[in-house]
Amino acid sequence: MTEIAKRKIVNTFALSLACAAAALGLFWLIFILADVLRHGIAFITPELFLNEAAPPGMEGGGLKHAFIGQLLITFFAVLIGIPLGILGGTYLAEYGRHHWLGRLISTLSDIMISVPSIVIGTFVYAIFVKPIGHFSGYAGALALAIIMIPVVLRTTEEMIALVPWEIREAAFALGAPYYKVILQVVYRGAATGIFTGILLAIARIAGETAPLLFTSFNNMFLTTNMNEPMPSLTVTIYQYAMGPYDDWHEMAWAASFVITLFILGLTILGRIIIRWKYKH
Amino acid sequence: MSDPIMTINNLNFYYQGDVHAVKNMSLEIRRNQITALIGPSGCGKTTFLRCFNRMHDLYPGHRYEGEIRYEGGNLLERKDITELRSRIGMVFQKPTPFPMSIFDNVAYGLKLKGIKNRAELTDRVEQALKQAALWEESKDRLKQSANSLSGGQQQRLVIARALAAEPDILLFDEPTSALDPVSTSKIEELMVQLKQDITLLIVTHNMQQAARISDRTAFMYMGELIEIDDTETMFTNPKQKLTEEYITGRFG
Repeated sequence: MTEIAKRKIVNTFALSLACAAAALGLFWLIFILADVLRHGIAFITPELFLNEAAPPGMEGGGLKHAFIGQLLITFFAVLIGIPLGILGGTYLAEYGRHHWLGRLISTLSDIMISVPSIVIGTFVYAIFVKPIGHFSGYAGALALAIIMIPVVLRTTEEMIALVPWEIREAAFALGAPYYKVILQVVYRGAATGIFTGILLAIARIAGETAPLLFTSFNNMFLTTNMNEPMPSLTVTIYQYAMGPYDDWHEMAWAASFVITLFILGLTILGRIIIRWKYKH
Repeated sequence: MSDPIMTINNLNFYYQGDVHAVKNMSLEIRRNQITALIGPSGCGKTTFLRCFNRMHDLYPGHRYEGEIRYEGGNLLERKDITELRSRIGMVFQKPTPFPMSIFDNVAYGLKLKGIKNRAELTDRVEQALKQAALWEESKDRLKQSANSLSGGQQQRLVIARALAAEPDILLFDEPTSALDPVSTSKIEELMVQLKQDITLLIVTHNMQQAARISDRTAFMYMGELIEIDDTETMFTNPKQKLTEEYITGRFG
């Protein structure tokens, strides 16, 4: 057998293995997505969004409380997580580039990204929920913010590092001080990338259940008081799916549908923005 | 012969770790002339150029010695670097448009100086673009992104941006080495025009370019100034053997 024929066989073998692995991964992904969409769409009704929870077995119950809770928790998580992530990423890319502390933070946030989210939930439970004595929306927002920070921080760092150094020197050469170079030139160049990172970070926390179980917990009633236990879609799905009632199961499917669509939408939007950016 | 705008006396420059990159250079830069700096790669000409706008101050571990006399003082001891950099502009090898509109690019240096009046900004942006021979091509698209311009146009935009601040001196660090021949000749024409108003210092790898546009040429080798003279004399009758060998292409 010639050398080329041998290579072709090895190539075909490796390629089929790779394709099989990809197909296996895709199969489950499409299976799960299709299942959620198929089951969920049947139970999407206006009442789902407009009504609060009804006692099991009663008609016309909805998840308004969970939607609003989820929005509030996410809003506060974004409020805490995004500024810290952006500032941290800016420090790493601009000031900490050649500093051991910068490299340490960079490595630590990579580790943080892969820490199981339930660990972050129990951490916030220990430092926030326990001392205060009760679950609260703030605690949930804090847990989600902690999950967001390393994601936003690393994206910001990478996007800022993509702005060529010569552009900064050109701004310095016009007499700009460093903070103006960052605010007026670097951020403009990195803006779409950072924005995409924020979208993806929100998509990342939108599906989190474990960290909320220990922090915001749940609430069967509508509340806008962030200092109280607060319902969220994910924890509600968890509770309803585990519950014994059929109408709970239906609502869990519907909520899964909405949350999946939301995350899918955000992710696709993020991709579109990235593609748009590289075209222009 | 014009009077010197800057006098360099025994200038030494060290990078981090005491790397001696510019060695004991003394020369004059004459007003309203183009002075070209030539020499092989790594000879220190860019390092030398970057002393004039104190670009090295951005990096730790640098050290200047000697003096660059400018406006009656030693430029190396000035505290107001922002002011200095608006008097001594710089154009880099690769075009460096900021990620903003053409107008905002040119207005950037003016805004840094605190000019906020819209009418004045519009006026001075137009003037700078005209001076950089970019007005005709850009007047209908001032709000478009600067990245929509071609490489040669971007380089003229960057020159306009530097000119808007009304500098005394413009430093050019191989400004045409990333450009095609047509764009290059446009930039060269522009530089020759500009010397009516300002003084130009240009680092170039291209000896024909130095011969074409400069009034005086300085040859540097291994951090030292080997020779400086009128360009014509340098290229026809250099006094140093090293200069002759370099310009005839025997090394470098």
